[in-house]
Amino acid sequence: MSSDTFTPGIAPGRLTPESYEAHFADLHPALEPHEALVAADRCYFCHDAPCITACPTEIDIPLFIRQIATGTPDAAAKTILSQNIMGGMCARVCPTEELCEQACVREIAEGKPVLIGQLQRYATDHLQEQGLHPFERAAATGRSIAVVGAGPAGLSCAHRLAMLGHEVVVFDARAKAGGLNEYGIATYKTVDGFAQAEVDWLLKIGGIRIEYGKALGRDLTLDALRKDHDAVFLGLGLGGVNALAAPGADKEGVRDAVGFIADLRQAEDLSQIPVGRDVVVIGGGMTAVDAAVQAKLLGALNVALVYRRGRDRMNASVYEQDLAASKGVRIITHAVPTEIIGNGAVREIVFDYVDDTMQPTGQSLRLAADQVFCAIGQTLEGATLPDLDGRKIKVTGTGRTSVTGVWAGGDCAAGGDDLTVTAVAEGRDAALDIHAQLMRNA
Amino acid sequence: MADLRSEFIGIKSPNPFWLASAPPTDKEYNVRRAFDAGWGGVVWKTLGLDPHVVNVNGARYGAVYGADRRLLGLNNIELITDRPLQTNLDEIKVVKRDYPDRAMIVSLMVPCEEEPWKFILPLVEDTGADGVELNFGCPHGMSERGMGSAVGQVPEYIEMVTRWVKANTRMPVIVKLTPNITDIRKPAEAAMKGGADAVSLINTINSITSVDLDLFAPEPTIDGKGAHGGYCGPAVKPIALNMVAEIARDPTLGQIPISGIGGITTWRDTAEFMALGAGNVQVCTAAMTYGFKIVQEMISGLSDYMDSKGIASVDEIVGRAVPNVTDWQYLNLNYVAKAKINQDLCISCGRCFAACEDTSHQAISMSSDRVFEVIDAECVACNLCVNVCPVENCITMEAMTPDEVDPRTGQRVEAEYANWTTHPNNPAAKAAE
Ligand SMILES: Cc1cc2nc3c(=O)[nH]c(=O)nc-3n(C[C@H](O)[C@H](O)[C@H](O)COP(=O)(O)OP(=O)(O)OC[C@H]3O[C@@H](n4cnc5c(N)ncnc54)[C@H](O)[C@@H]3O)c2cc1C
Ligand SMILES: Cc1cc2nc3c(=O)[nH]c(=O)nc-3n(C[C@H](O)[C@H](O)[C@H](O)COP(=O)(O)O)c2cc1C
Ligand code: SF4
Ligand code: SF4
Ligand code: SF4
Repeated sequence: MSSDTFTPGIAPGRLTPESYEAHFADLHPALEPHEALVAADRCYFCHDAPCITACPTEIDIPLFIRQIATGTPDAAAKTILSQNIMGGMCARVCPTEELCEQACVREIAEGKPVLIGQLQRYATDHLQEQGLHPFERAAATGRSIAVVGAGPAGLSCAHRLAMLGHEVVVFDARAKAGGLNEYGIATYKTVDGFAQAEVDWLLKIGGIRIEYGKALGRDLTLDALRKDHDAVFLGLGLGGVNALAAPGADKEGVRDAVGFIADLRQAEDLSQIPVGRDVVVIGGGMTAVDAAVQAKLLGALNVALVYRRGRDRMNASVYEQDLAASKGVRIITHAVPTEIIGNGAVREIVFDYVDDTMQPTGQSLRLAADQVFCAIGQTLEGATLPDLDGRKIKVTGTGRTSVTGVWAGGDCAAGGDDLTVTAVAEGRDAALDIHAQLMRNA
Repeated sequence: MADLRSEFIGIKSPNPFWLASAPPTDKEYNVRRAFDAGWGGVVWKTLGLDPHVVNVNGARYGAVYGADRRLLGLNNIELITDRPLQTNLDEIKVVKRDYPDRAMIVSLMVPCEEEPWKFILPLVEDTGADGVELNFGCPHGMSERGMGSAVGQVPEYIEMVTRWVKANTRMPVIVKLTPNITDIRKPAEAAMKGGADAVSLINTINSITSVDLDLFAPEPTIDGKGAHGGYCGPAVKPIALNMVAEIARDPTLGQIPISGIGGITTWRDTAEFMALGAGNVQVCTAAMTYGFKIVQEMISGLSDYMDSKGIASVDEIVGRAVPNVTDWQYLNLNYVAKAKINQDLCISCGRCFAACEDTSHQAISMSSDRVFEVIDAECVACNLCVNVCPVENCITMEAMTPDEVDPRTGQRVEAEYANWTTHPNNPAAKAAE
């Protein structure tokens, strides 16, 4: 293939094999043992530590860091995983700059937090690379629970239920487990097939069966699941995407960012993934940043991320915005798409500039574009779900829905940020509540 | 998870981690929270006769720091309990009742006469406590009143008081030793002769942590003056380890059980004390620095270590290193090692070079592009470079194999063991022939 970054249109193979490899390597390479000890040494072992409160899964961070410092990374891993069974993935994908590390007293004192995320990865990798699974199942309860969705919420719920002695059947519409860990997270955050390795490791607990290609609403009904099982957990995520309303959104070359990222994540060979020369991404969240950055890394010449409000309103953290900028993504704010121009395929996209109150300023902007990615939000899909709260399933603090015996958590449930770590926390807490409920009735 | 249950002179606790007699154990509120955090036992803050003592109202502590203000050594001028005896006894009784599986030891210090001991021991027995510890260690304040280290520095007094105590109670008796003495075996021997069930060591070491250079007064300073205090924390661990080993390896001390104290902060410190003969450990400064929660790391770490070594019970660790503690004269002079620098780990700081070049044997070379290498022909294997290197395991000591030629001496490395007692340079070696 003879295309390069200057080739017009949407083309695969813009880079040399070495460049693909370098571009999609680990964003934060794993800490070496010496680095881990130096990083761990900085933790003050704070009392009632603010970092713990800032972690949605409330990992005992000072304890696990001390366990690393005293040469017992496997004990550290156990501390992490007993709160957050996907501690390995969270260590890679959590926006720590807005969670644990933002709250770290050394961030406040010196602007340099303890590297909590990277230390968490150091410990969990250490344990998981030996194939060790540190948890055992309690005596069988004879209860069976159906979990719909094998994403972080569903798997976290399933693991905790299995640990408590229940039998779990997980149904997922897709061919692989992991949810967005497998299909969504940016490639450079989870290299070397980590998502599947983590799922395999998690399943070592036993008592969890996954049925692939089974979709609620298509192959399964909630009523049937309730009949066949003692409880149901819904961890469906957000399967749908918001479509762009601007005229011309149906032109060739316009697609949703989540689908593009899923293709990228599933690609055997990144040089097969076509990407535009002039790419425009519309949106301001993590998905927009990931699509923009990865388009750039695939060899696009110009990538613009266009958001309708100011930078401070972007869902993507400042760290993510800076990451995009450092990779050469141009961030444009206060611009709303009004028209997509092109004869069959997109050629240009027109925006109106707006002020902070979203009122047009009378100015506009035209950008050359041969590929447009929409990342303007995902939506919950599916009929006959429990009652909604806005556009997501209404739940109590422990994930109970309006339907008796049905719990929900993760992105599909109302409340909480749409983050991997939040999904894990909600799945775990629902499992504990399901267990309490089933055992009370026992 | 390994079985951490411990039995020390018949006193059971769920793990070998006790809190030493000190502020962490000075009242019911603390001890309950310590037990809830996971501590296996406590030695209650030393009790005395009423009227109770009065502490200073100024700074009680001084500190020595490492990098990043890590507390390495703490010095204190606190006395024994400053609360009424009955208050303490009442609290001990309810806590022991509520935590029957934890070890409850009561530390005592009363004047050096038999009557006060006869008075206080039944009161302690009545609390249901598991044993007593005799505080012969406190090096400040109490010693000026003829108690604490003033007793602990005179073996005859130790023996006498221990005998009185044994005669007046059925409880097991631990004698706590002061390190402010030249030969720790003497007070241990006295305790043994007096009938002690165990010794515990070390109490704090006489110290002045620093001097205020504006006031020209030692710290901690109280109204312009300072007194020496008792030093403890990580800095004293090496001194304590040696004293524990001295007692453990002395055949005349009849393997008296030892409760190890001094700078214990992590699971590893614990395992080291136990390997050198301590049956369990006591902790003070680490809890005072980091809070009671620190015991969680000790528990998980010791358990992991035991699992990794296939050790089933803590008793299997006790004394395992004692046979390997010897005197200098018995070290193998035919053992030859060389330092080796792992170039992949080396960060080129040059500290090993500075140390060896300026103060050791000029056995490390430095290239213009900062590559540091050991010159085998000069290296005497002193280990200094290993000690100053900031990267763990970057410099290691590699033993030479017999029949290799040591490039420093030009001599073959001998396979046979030979020590100073047989060395030709030792005048005594010839005399013995
Ligand atoms: C591009 C992108 C990047 C992201 N990056 C980050 C990041 O860096 N850090 C971070 O913390 N979060 C990130 N997130 C958010 C994070 O991925 C989600 O919050 C998290 O995956 C939610 O977990 P979940 O289990 O609720 O849902 P999902 O991960 O979406 O899993 C839902 C599962 O349910 C299955 N399913 C859906 N419908 C049905 C049905 N009807 N029947 C059966 N199965 C069904 C799906 O196949 C899927 O396996 C990102 C999201 C996206 C889209
Ligand atoms: C503030 C303070 C008060 C102490 N009071 C007592 C005491 O009342 N009785 C006693 O036997 N030891 C007392 N000690 C000594 C400790 O019990 C312990 O032997 C010593 O601190 C060494 O252990 P460490 O390095 O873990 O602190 C005290 C120590 C400190 C720091
Ligand atoms: S799970 Fe995420 S937020 Fe929690 S401690 Fe780990 S990296 Fe931080
Ligand atoms: S806030 Fe920072 S320093 Fe304090 S315990 Fe947490 S990671 Fe350690
Ligand atoms: S062991 Fe001693 S003599 Fe040898 S290189 Fe190191 S510092 Fe120098």
